[in-house]
Amino acid sequence: MPNAGTTPLLELHSIVKRYPGVVALDGVSFDVRTGEIHCLLGENGAGKSTLLNILSGALSKDSGDILLNGRQVEINSPTQAQELGVCTIYQEAELVPALTAMENIVLGHEPVHGFFSMLDTKRAGDTSRSALAQFGEELDLEEPVEHFSVAQQQIVEIAKALTRQARVLALDEPTASLTESERENLFAILRRLKSEGTGIIYVSHRLEEIFDIADRITVLRDGRAINTCAVSETNRQTLIGWMVGRELGEEYPRVERVRGAEILKLENINAGRLHDVTLSVHRGEILGLAGLVGAGRTELARVLFGADPMESGTMSFLGTDYKPRSPREAIDAGIGLLTEDRNRLGLVMEMSAERNITLANLAAIVKNGFIDRDAEHSAAQTYIKQLSIKLPGAESPVETLSGGNRQKVVLSRWLFTDAKLLIFDEPTAGIDIGVKYEIYNIINELAGRGVGVIVISSDLPELLGICDRIAVLCGGTITGTLTRTEATQETVMALAMKYEL
Amino acid sequence: MTWTHYDKLGISLALLAEVVIFAALSPYFLTADNLLNVSLQISVTAIIAVGMTFVILTGGIDLSVGALVAFTGVVTTSLFTFGLPLALSFPLAILVGVLLGAASGAFAGFFVVRFNITPFIVTLALMTMLRGAAFLYTGGRPIWELPEAFGTIASARLAGIPLPTLLTAIIFAVAHVLLNYTRFGRAVYAVGGNKEAARLAGINTNGVLMRVYILCGALASVSGIILASRVNSGQPNAGLMYELDVIAAVVVGGTSLFGGRGSIMGTLIGSLLIGVLRNGLNLLNVESYVQQIVVGAVILLAVMMDQMRKK
Repeated sequence: MPNAGTTPLLELHSIVKRYPGVVALDGVSFDVRTGEIHCLLGENGAGKSTLLNILSGALSKDSGDILLNGRQVEINSPTQAQELGVCTIYQEAELVPALTAMENIVLGHEPVHGFFSMLDTKRAGDTSRSALAQFGEELDLEEPVEHFSVAQQQIVEIAKALTRQARVLALDEPTASLTESERENLFAILRRLKSEGTGIIYVSHRLEEIFDIADRITVLRDGRAINTCAVSETNRQTLIGWMVGRELGEEYPRVERVRGAEILKLENINAGRLHDVTLSVHRGEILGLAGLVGAGRTELARVLFGADPMESGTMSFLGTDYKPRSPREAIDAGIGLLTEDRNRLGLVMEMSAERNITLANLAAIVKNGFIDRDAEHSAAQTYIKQLSIKLPGAESPVETLSGGNRQKVVLSRWLFTDAKLLIFDEPTAGIDIGVKYEIYNIINELAGRGVGVIVISSDLPELLGICDRIAVLCGGTITGTLTRTEATQETVMALAMKYEL
Repeated sequence: MTWTHYDKLGISLALLAEVVIFAALSPYFLTADNLLNVSLQISVTAIIAVGMTFVILTGGIDLSVGALVAFTGVVTTSLFTFGLPLALSFPLAILVGVLLGAASGAFAGFFVVRFNITPFIVTLALMTMLRGAAFLYTGGRPIWELPEAFGTIASARLAGIPLPTLLTAIIFAVAHVLLNYTRFGRAVYAVGGNKEAARLAGINTNGVLMRVYILCGALASVSGIILASRVNSGQPNAGLMYELDVIAAVVVGGTSLFGGRGSIMGTLIGSLLIGVLRNGLNLLNVESYVQQIVVGAVILLAVMMDQMRKK
């Protein structure tokens, strides 16, 4: 290893990026050394994504210098970035949905053979397989990636970068939708890449994993690099203080509640890969659904919400038989679902925040058959104020909002429906600490008002922190339900891997 | 609504520029007679463009409208040839004509919704079938000798304004309200923007799709009746390539072919932009072959300006 951990591999000097009305990066300096994992921490809008976009060539900087191995370089396009060996993996997988896992992995670097440069599928397959094997994942290489889950797509994305022999690898929230074991695999790979001399930039909101993986940490806030330090010289509270610029209380707000009567009862539900699911939810209770990716958590939520059909079993809601044939029927019955992947399944990007908020409950703003724009505006503004959603302009389409604000918009949509039971599927995925805390407060407040809440999350500390009970799924069925006192990382994981040991 | 208004600034200015140029070059251009003439000329495609706007907003397309104009025209006019009293045949012809369009739209919508076939393919097939049906129905010959009363649909004037112009204005106004102030309109935008998210927000996405194709078909038939009345005959080759003129007007008006973005007012301006251009070129005696090239160039220019402004 050439001077591992001390040679600056990539240096950024006084990078400035301005948008009309906003300075996204205000003279950020930052460096990654050979064989180092350098974490970038910061809240939404701190400038992390802008910085990564400049490194990947997706955006151009207004001023500042980039040095690679001490030599000044220009990165004006993604192709240039790749040629320099700077590889970026984004939070939302950037794969071609209709192409297979293998085709995506070798995309743009397809191995060819023969006079006509025909695709060498055998070599492409070998490359892809060995990349995936490092990850300990078995995925069907011939399957179009659109059939994969978000986590599986992310695995393909990382495998793609592995085959590119990156000198600098930048990852934006790579573990947002990974399970514990997938995350461990990823970390093992990152550690190996690091030992081979790769410089790794790692963006994450999860403090615990940063302490697990990082060598150094740089905190960004409002487009400035607030501080850089070795991971051994700092602690959680200090980092949070730097990120938010103020002191935060505990991470998971805890409110004591009284559990009410049973409102939802599922008996022997079978649907798709779900089998014999029996479960109940009470008024004013936060029930967590834990499990590995593919355990059937999202599937259960979708059946409950009428998005997918139920094959057999009985459900009763608020004391009456319940068998929704469409999301509309579920909403009318008083159930809401905040989907995972808010961009693909939650928001209509072209529409304003106000219109996205009222979408599931237009009946409430219709008078005499016509939408009352004033009523819509005041209803939506209530939530925009209550959740302090930051909008660039009143009519700006939601595609211009940051991830946290987008999530608050979808959340407002379900608050506006006055649901009696709300299902949150990965409500804090890819969201920073400050906003996470706000979302926990809202969930607590809902439960306090007597709403039944189901939270699905791959972030186990989060479930342990906010739930009253945790039901664990494994292989499509519930392997156990734990009370708050029974639930620990170990007991939940044991149930989540019951059939895999 | 400030940004959506600003959205149409580009093509509004282009339209204004056209008017100024033609007014300067032709003294006849700005006369009331000519302007009413323009409105009459564009009414046929503009009415279809309203229906097409709804379809395109959902991310679809309807290529069958031109052929539907012809098929509606021959069926409607044929109802006058059976010797029924005018008091019966007149309303019957109009009713049958519009229902035919609605049924054709329902047919397209059914295949789009039920079998999940791309609207482009469904309506391309339907276009071929309708054109064939129009020729088959008439044996390839136009239907002539219609009662004079039928011609009055296109020629009648109320307070000096041609009936088709009035009808067009009413249709645009109703469509604007429908799109901006009803749940259906909101659902159209939502389905076009993100179909799955719309479904998970409780919108009956299949119902919305069915309705936009039915609406588009019905409006194409209204145009078919007006056109047949104007030429006072049922022509199986009427409305050739109308689908392209209509799509051009909608797209020039700023509606995205990917769905979710656009407006009725944009379509109105888009229809005017193309209609005024054709009229002005006619007044200036520009050769028809040259006209086609100019119209194409202006469509390209208008959409290009729009794209550049967005960046």
